[in-house]
Amino acid sequence: MKVRIHVSLKPGVLDPQGRAIQHSLEGLGFSGVNEVRQGKLIELDVDPAVTDDQLDEMCRKLLANMVIENYRIERVAQVESAQ
Amino acid sequence: MSGFRSAVVTFPGSNCDRDMAVALEQVCGSEVLRVWHGDAELPSGLDFIALPGGFSYGDYLRSGAMAARSPIMRAVSDAAARGVPVLGVCNGFQVLTETGLLPGALMRNAGIRFVCREVRLRVDNAQSLFTAGYDAGEEIVFPVAHHDGNFFADDATLDRLEGEGRVAVRYAEEVNGSARAIAGVLNDAGNVLGMMPHPERAIEPAHGGSDGRRLFESVIGGLVGA
Repeated sequence: MKVRIHVSLKPGVLDPQGRAIQHSLEGLGFSGVNEVRQGKLIELDVDPAVTDDQLDEMCRKLLANMVIENYRIERVAQVESAQ
Repeated sequence: MSGFRSAVVTFPGSNCDRDMAVALEQVCGSEVLRVWHGDAELPSGLDFIALPGGFSYGDYLRSGAMAARSPIMRAVSDAAARGVPVLGVCNGFQVLTETGLLPGALMRNAGIRFVCREVRLRVDNAQSLFTAGYDAGEEIVFPVAHHDGNFFADDATLDRLEGEGRVAVRYAEEVNGSARAIAGVLNDAGNVLGMMPHPERAIEPAHGGSDGRRLFESVIGGLVGA
């Protein structure tokens, strides 16, 4: 089954890349963008037997750096992944 | 010092490993053993371990993240816990924070750009194994070459690092947005140093400066005196 790991910078951690993206959007004439924060999306295809605890451990041990990042685990419904 | 034995770890993508080995040979008169990231064990009887600069694993996921989980790093962590001095420079510093041997994290430079030039540093703690050859507050010049050198830690961690004298060197000019201008930090026990600037690229006048020599001389002096 598909699992999406959303990794984002913790609030308060400066994101120079996000700021540069925001400036670029402004340069293209888009107004009203108050802030941009850049994160990562990591997609895993795992056996159904893989538990939430194991996914959590994967995030803590490798996929996210807990000093600067938060993560959110999203199990993608089979129906959606079949489409 | 005769019989000084050091190891330089090479990860796929390391590119300062040879410079580090040359510095250890020339300044410390060290026998330098080259160790591969996939090795599970370090050579016995090591006096010093160096993690060099470069772009290990192409900086995949995060700089230093993959290297930190490679087999050799378990052996490096064990050696560090036994008190063996460990120096991580540039990517080596990133690997040490990712391994958890040093606090904080190294993020994208505040100015986004890769910074490759000589920078002025100020020695903050001149008592450490690595910096005893410098004077406290002394200004020195090392080259930097990095994209992810922006040191980050929460305020409580930064306060603790400063309070415990664990900030070894700071930038004396704006370089990459590092919290409190921190360029290099020590672990709790003082035997692990991570720094973004490259001492191994400043060991002879032909490099444009030789301020890095004393870092290696400090280690030799500290181990002889121990």
